[in-house]
Amino acid sequence: MCLAVPMKVTAVTSDEVVVELHGVTQRARRDLLDEVAVGDHVIIHAGYALTVLDEAEAESTWALFDELQPGDADAQS
Amino acid sequence: MPSLEQYQSRDLVAALVREIERLAPVEAPVKIMHVCGSHEHSLSQWGLRSLLPPQVELIAGPGCPVCVCPEHEVREALAVARRGALLLTYGDMLRVPTSEGSLLDAAAQGADIKLVYSPADCVRQARENPGREVCFFAVGFETTAAPTAALVQAGPPANLSVLTAHRLTPPAMALLLRSGEIEVDALIAPGHVSVVIGAEAWRPLVTEFDLPCIVAGFEPVDLLLAVREILRQLRQENAALGNVYRRLVKPHGSAKAQAALARTFDVRPSVWRGLGELPDTGLLLQERFDELNARVRFDLRISAESAEMPAGCQCNRVMLGQIKPPECGLFRSACHPLRPYGPCMVSQEGTCYIWHQYGGQVA
Repeated sequence: MCLAVPMKVTAVTSDEVVVELHGVTQRARRDLLDEVAVGDHVIIHAGYALTVLDEAEAESTWALFDELQPGDADAQS
Repeated sequence: MPSLEQYQSRDLVAALVREIERLAPVEAPVKIMHVCGSHEHSLSQWGLRSLLPPQVELIAGPGCPVCVCPEHEVREALAVARRGALLLTYGDMLRVPTSEGSLLDAAAQGADIKLVYSPADCVRQARENPGREVCFFAVGFETTAAPTAALVQAGPPANLSVLTAHRLTPPAMALLLRSGEIEVDALIAPGHVSVVIGAEAWRPLVTEFDLPCIVAGFEPVDLLLAVREILRQLRQENAALGNVYRRLVKPHGSAKAQAALARTFDVRPSVWRGLGELPDTGLLLQERFDELNARVRFDLRISAESAEMPAGCQCNRVMLGQIKPPECGLFRSACHPLRPYGPCMVSQEGTCYIWHQYGGQVA
């Protein structure tokens, strides 16, 4: 029930957002969002956008991985 | 920005597993409980347990809202459908067995029951059936309660009513930890529940029980980051609130969703299937919404029964992490996704269903 992935906002209407991931498009209510803009990533749950992904946080968390030694270089082509 | 696939990176998973192996205690096992059917799904689907050292145990808690929905609430939905209303609900609810059969059984006998994906679908159905009573049987934790609240706040069509079965997770976990029914060393808090309520909503549990509690997302890297953080804290004997899902979970969550919840529901005691009545864990529609409350509109007088579990069913012990699905004698024999006996074998978020599908643990 709670599985959801961030989808990219391609349009914003008075009460909905249009979102896209890997070529799949859907509409979602935006009642629960404060502000949203085209290009934002949002998480959709039960047809409602719940929150906008914080790209700065995503980047900074990702930067933490630099401390890890990715090691097994054969793992990824 | 990192792509979804990067959170599934084999290199990063391997690096995190090495750190987890280094941090894992040598002697006593560490029991980590998550409280989210979607976390169980990710753990099992990706086979993450098989990557962890044997002394690090990941246990599923009561994180499946369909599983904890008591039988009498399903019977309320059955009563509404049998009175000729069009009943709408999320797919997993259709097959939950009760002493009067499931909603799917009722549909086979002629009741008009449809599955919906969203409260927005319910508004559409109500508008397309203007002469009919349409009832939305709304189940779920905070993540799903927020859209129901938004539906109520938006003023639904007059022929649409709502039968709510929404529950709150942090107070339920606090009660179950306090009673000793759940015994664990750390918690992984549900990511999308926390999008709504905020990471800080879990702090009281850290304080009261001195447990590490880490809010996590759903990709392999997210879950392993949570495990690593828990092991670090346990090693330093410094239980704290953590959040490794900061890209979506803010400390105080979604103010707008919380405001919608507060304007829509009152917090009341709630019966959890197999776990009994837990104070301050239920969300009931406020009196001013009586007109769209199905319990009022249909004068439902179906009350909780004491056990609410079919004889021999051990779903309650599975939900408390006391046993694993294969330790239940009914698992994959008398209880099977095609013929579920207990609720945990019904829902895609049920631990037994997931373990049936993916094997749960590769030892």
